[in-house]
Amino acid sequence: MSLWTAVLVASALAFALKFLGYVVPAHWLEGQRTSRVTSALPIALLSALVAVQTLTGDGGALVVDARLAAVAVALVALALRAPFLLVVALAAGTAALLRALGVA
Amino acid sequence: MAALDPARRRAVLRQAVSVGVATGAYGISFGALSTAAGLDVLQTQALSVLLFSGGSQFAFVGLVAGGLSGAPAAIATSTLLGVRNGLYGLQVARMLDVRGLRRVAAAQLTIDESTAVGVAQPEERAGRLGFWATGLAVFVLWNLMTLAGALVGDAIGDPKTYGLDAAAAAAFCGLLWPRLKSGDAFAIAALAALVAVMLAPHAPAGVPVLVAALTALVAAVWPNAHRDPAPPHHWRDEADPEQAGRQAAPGREAS
Repeated sequence: MSLWTAVLVASALAFALKFLGYVVPAHWLEGQRTSRVTSALPIALLSALVAVQTLTGDGGALVVDARLAAVAVALVALALRAPFLLVVALAAGTAALLRALGVA
Repeated sequence: MAALDPARRRAVLRQAVSVGVATGAYGISFGALSTAAGLDVLQTQALSVLLFSGGSQFAFVGLVAGGLSGAPAAIATSTLLGVRNGLYGLQVARMLDVRGLRRVAAAQLTIDESTAVGVAQPEERAGRLGFWATGLAVFVLWNLMTLAGALVGDAIGDPKTYGLDAAAAAAFCGLLWPRLKSGDAFAIAALAALVAVMLAPHAPAGVPVLVAALTALVAAVWPNAHRDPAPPHHWRDEADPEQAGRQAAPGREAS
């Protein structure tokens, strides 16, 4: 699969899901259980992505490096209600600084 | 239906623009991360125009960063993250009542932000205006800032020197944070993170994240689990605190 194919397939599926909301009868997805799972889904996915991007290296091995410190800084910034862009910039800055200093 | 009075109209438009600016601004981080992950400027822009859903876009580029072998998992993760947009569609479809090409346009603009502003309005007329104005504002600004970020990201060297790999993880934290509104949400997040890290050495790239998504099923058998598909509100600090985005988020009225 080329990168372009992947981009277009992901885009087509994203649109199909959005459009589906406009054409299926609302009662199909009104169950309590369904709504609990669908609201938990982004939480599980985003959390797994944070964990994998922060703690794993080549081949999926557990690696503790500058990224963990950077994410810790990001979490503190979020707790202090910093805007999204500042959170991302602080994390990048932390990792860049630690690497420049040769610490991690 | 009575026309919207000019003061209300201005208030809704002001809200739409403030959300558009706040959300559009982090398109710059998406653009930079995407080119750092190996996509070219055109592919990066295609994601912002065609896929147009921040969480899915960040996930997609994060998972193809390790190489094309991650592409199937990137598509699957991006799609699962897009499921919520379908649910938003269910909620706004009745309010918008659109057909044909307008329905296609409305569907493409159905994201966290447009839905939140739309359903937050007490009158249907203002809701429609809020949905369309917010969706268009976010679309235009998100795409412009994506281009800016992609050009910057393309121009610099090794992304690790600038900590861009850590920035990707921080971006996911930023998207996750507004959803951690309860202990149950936090428990699901912790479980998913644990599953993903434990599986990572034993499965191909991207697969651990998909398996971790199954922890969301815990919510099916856990009656008190988090059930609030409210879109996150990145703009709450920028917007007028009296505006109703938080109180009337989608899903609340169903519970």
